[in-house]
Amino acid sequence: MQVSMTVNGEPVGGEIEPRLLLVHYLRDHLGLTGTHWGCDTSNCGACVVWLDGEPVKSCTVLAASASGHDVRTVEGLEKDGELDPVQRGFTECHGLQCGFCTPGMMMTARALLDRNPDPSDEEIREAISGQICRCTGYATIVRSVKWAAAYEAGQKSAASSNGSAS
Amino acid sequence: MQVPAPLEYERATSVDHAIGLLERLGESARILAGGHSLLPMMKLRLASPEYLIDINDLHGELGYIRVEPGRVRIGAMTRHRELLESDELAEIFPIFRDAEKVIADPIVRNRGTLGGSLCQADPSEDLSAVCTTVGAECVIRGGAGERVVTMEEFHRGPYETAVGDAEMLIEIRIPVRPGGSSAYEKVERRAGDWAIVSAGAAVWLENGVIADARVGLAAVGPNTTGIPAVSELMRGQVPSEELYERAGAIAAENCSPVTDQRGSADYKRHLVAELTKRALRRSVARVAERG
Repeated sequence: MQVSMTVNGEPVGGEIEPRLLLVHYLRDHLGLTGTHWGCDTSNCGACVVWLDGEPVKSCTVLAASASGHDVRTVEGLEKDGELDPVQRGFTECHGLQCGFCTPGMMMTARALLDRNPDPSDEEIREAISGQICRCTGYATIVRSVKWAAAYEAGQKSAASSNGSAS
Repeated sequence: MQVPAPLEYERATSVDHAIGLLERLGESARILAGGHSLLPMMKLRLASPEYLIDINDLHGELGYIRVEPGRVRIGAMTRHRELLESDELAEIFPIFRDAEKVIADPIVRNRGTLGGSLCQADPSEDLSAVCTTVGAECVIRGGAGERVVTMEEFHRGPYETAVGDAEMLIEIRIPVRPGGSSAYEKVERRAGDWAIVSAGAAVWLENGVIADARVGLAAVGPNTTGIPAVSELMRGQVPSEELYERAGAIAAENCSPVTDQRGSADYKRHLVAELTKRALRRSVARVAERG
């Protein structure tokens, strides 16, 4: 069957088997291997991408279901060569060890900060509770997300003080 | 790699279109809602429909929580996240928020739906226990029109429902009575897991006396289980610790847990008694809080 969708703002499409899962479409058909394929059972969260702005586990969504919809993957976090603050946070705070869970963690973190710019530790832990870091680096992941929140708050206040000066 | 067996994919653009497709494709077709029960079953070849009819585009038609005089109507495509976040629903039936907090995880809750959960008919499924507790009715639509069945009629056994080949669940309806509240208690092995045992309770008070009370249990029978004997015990009584204790004991006697990797039958009976007690106690406290 034919599918067409937007992935990271770009229109893409092609012929697929209807049983193809979104994670395999992204990785094997589009070459977007940033999205990881982990447990296959919607437990680990390595495959989290956004579907119409909401994080979903792409091992449990058919590529066919995404046709006509908007998908965003970890490759879409960077803008104009600038890392997203969430990506910077993970770099600054050692938010990854082996890196396998990282793309999914960052997509969830970005969605969280878009809804809640100043989350508590508990809210961050709740948000990533459907994702597994087998290096058990949860404390540094929480720290990384907090770093991103603080960075964005700083940018916002800098922008508004610039605005009032002018 | 776990992938579903080869299948044909159709996408419904309306409920009527979905039913038309079901009528044409017959028993080889299944409705695909959030997919978080059906796709895992298909990966394991526990289900192998030839056709999937994707109804995710029907969220506009079937994704709603409508509070009306005397009842609440919830569309089958309402996602777990929407049930969790609805303040209006939590005000009337706090049991939904209690349960949604402990169903799977936030990412799964973005996708899974009320209708999908009920149609999966897993004996451990939390929303089924919630709907059993609050006395929900299920609206099933087919080519010939709609019919309404109780939760007891809807679930016919593990993984089996009253929904026919060319029918779909479109809505649940919950009666709203004054002076009521509700609560849900669950014990699981780890966060997001299926219940070892869950107990839901709903209580209605009139001048400090229990006008009605209902209990629904998950994971201790072929389907989620209502316990009418608890309702009989509690009607006309004044809430007390002793009454909750007796209700818990009755619930434990009137269910049929089996020993499995989640625990022994005895342990599950113990949980039924304790969680029933806690859910009833919390429901009554919530009625009092609301005044």
